[in-house]
Amino acid sequence: MAESISRSLRDGCLEGEHAPALTIEDSLASPLGSHVFDHFLANLASQIADGTSQARGLVLVALNRSPSFYIDLLRRKGVDASLVDKWVRILDCYSDPLGWKDRIPPLTNVQKPSTRENVSFFRDVRDINKLLSSVLDLGKGFVGQGKTRFAVAVDLVSNLLRHTSLPSVAGLLNNLRSNVASVQPIMQLTDEHRSRRDFLWLEKNSCKAKFCVRLKRRNGRVKLLAEELHMDQVGVKFAAVTSENSFVNKSLLPKVQFNLQLSDQERVDRAKVVLPYEHQGNGEAIQIYDGRRSLSDDQKDPHLVQPSTLSAMTDAQANSGNGEIHYIRDSDDEQPDSDEDPDDDLDF
Amino acid sequence: MNPSPPPPPPRDPDLLEEALGLGRGGSPPWRLAFVEDCVETSGAFVLHHFLKRALSTEGDGTVVFLGLAQPFSHYDRVLRKMGCNLSVQRNKNKLHFIDLLNLEFLGEQKLSNEKGENDREIGFMDLYNRILRSIEAIRSKDNNGGWTTIIIDDLSHLEIAAHGSVKHVLDFLQYCRSLTSEMDCFLVILNHEDIHSSDEALQMLSHLDYISDILIKAETLSTGIAADVHGQMTVVIKDAPGGLIKKLHSFQFKVKENGVEFFYPGSRF
Repeated sequence: MAESISRSLRDGCLEGEHAPALTIEDSLASPLGSHVFDHFLANLASQIADGTSQARGLVLVALNRSPSFYIDLLRRKGVDASLVDKWVRILDCYSDPLGWKDRIPPLTNVQKPSTRENVSFFRDVRDINKLLSSVLDLGKGFVGQGKTRFAVAVDLVSNLLRHTSLPSVAGLLNNLRSNVASVQPIMQLTDEHRSRRDFLWLEKNSCKAKFCVRLKRRNGRVKLLAEELHMDQVGVKFAAVTSENSFVNKSLLPKVQFNLQLSDQERVDRAKVVLPYEHQGNGEAIQIYDGRRSLSDDQKDPHLVQPSTLSAMTDAQANSGNGEIHYIRDSDDEQPDSDEDPDDDLDF
Repeated sequence: MNPSPPPPPPRDPDLLEEALGLGRGGSPPWRLAFVEDCVETSGAFVLHHFLKRALSTEGDGTVVFLGLAQPFSHYDRVLRKMGCNLSVQRNKNKLHFIDLLNLEFLGEQKLSNEKGENDREIGFMDLYNRILRSIEAIRSKDNNGGWTTIIIDDLSHLEIAAHGSVKHVLDFLQYCRSLTSEMDCFLVILNHEDIHSSDEALQMLSHLDYISDILIKAETLSTGIAADVHGQMTVVIKDAPGGLIKKLHSFQFKVKENGVEFFYPGSRF
């Protein structure tokens, strides 16, 4: 499934269509969104460098991590450094997002970090229109003015939302989709109510997560898919969901915290349940002991229910371990006293 | 002529230093540490620990300290009992103490929203500039300085100074965070977990959790108050900011006059 996502980003879009967009969301409980982003970013950059992608270049809007981190990341993932310089442009919104460094005196005797040619500073993240123009200028700068498309990756949209409104950010992403081959923004969801965290649970579950994907097809159909995500030394690995963690592939189920479906074992157990009003007895005559005569197989009472008179007979197995109720009826010889309350012995 | 006495052997790292990977000197293997305490258990001793270690003779560190909670004299007294003279370190250009006790760094407070917003941003920008000048002074030709630690005590006072504007505080922290990659600095921030009531402030705590490499949490014992054990400490080591948890350390501590003692539960008799 992760490969199909990579393929969608690689194949881009048809003429007149919006570019495919991948949005990655994570949370504090499962903060692996950055690693997933790195995985798809490296894949896309590698495909662009190989020339197998519709996009002929990649513009990375870096808000959460420094540009040097991404360059090191692509190098570690095996993308040739010269091709990174040629086909990847990084818009640095991390180092000086609000333009403070332009308004304070520069440092004199401190060596400044060297800047790379494919890294451009952006100093006003509050101006979404200017950000959009910068992204488009960077992209068109290395793919030309023709119909050649480029890809855009944004890390991290949550940082943008701190400076501008949600409609502005949504407008930015929408405009990008009209102009690029694929968009890959990443969002970080922070817990609204921060409760005491179980660090032991986090430690145990921090290297794996469930990767749930909502895939929207061209025909409008929405597919819900899931894979398991594991972290190791190399990076992110995707695997099919195991049976013990099976995910029900239904798009109509509401998202609730309890299971609305039955497992196979539960279905079998339900079929074995003996309903009291349907399945009576084990084929033998049912005798009701009324306390006045002894139980005897030879005696027959017209009140006994014969199996042949039962209207419904099923194939359910007899329950041999049924409990018994012994009812001893009061003797008819005893006459209650007129002034004696028969309920005197009750103790509430 | 009597030969000079040999220097004392370096002491073994304590449990906190082992958990943080600090060893016997040298720069930390992480960039951003977030210290979280609560009303009943103060985590200030962690900052004292970092301060002493960075200024120790074994290491080659320097410190830029943003003092919002206490005056310089307070830290000087505390660190003297721990065997570190902050006045001498300040004279040696190894410590730059930025006194922000009056919270006047944000300038004149305006009531109108737009002007107040501009004043707050300018105030934080000036504070960032002061940190840069301190780093510049530390790395002057007389003292090349190994690694620089920026310590903020504490973040809640920055929020007060910003009139509760979480956005300005996060913007300021973003710039401080950029110093960790551009200027080879390390950032240690102290904040309180249980003093916030608004959801926006809670989101800021979550954001700090997210961007930190290390989370150090000081809290009370779950079993109650004890005379010999002052609290419990949890150290969460992540492989990267926002990444998976690599290691989890948990131990207890007792704060003494001249330092802190760390030990595993049940190891004290």
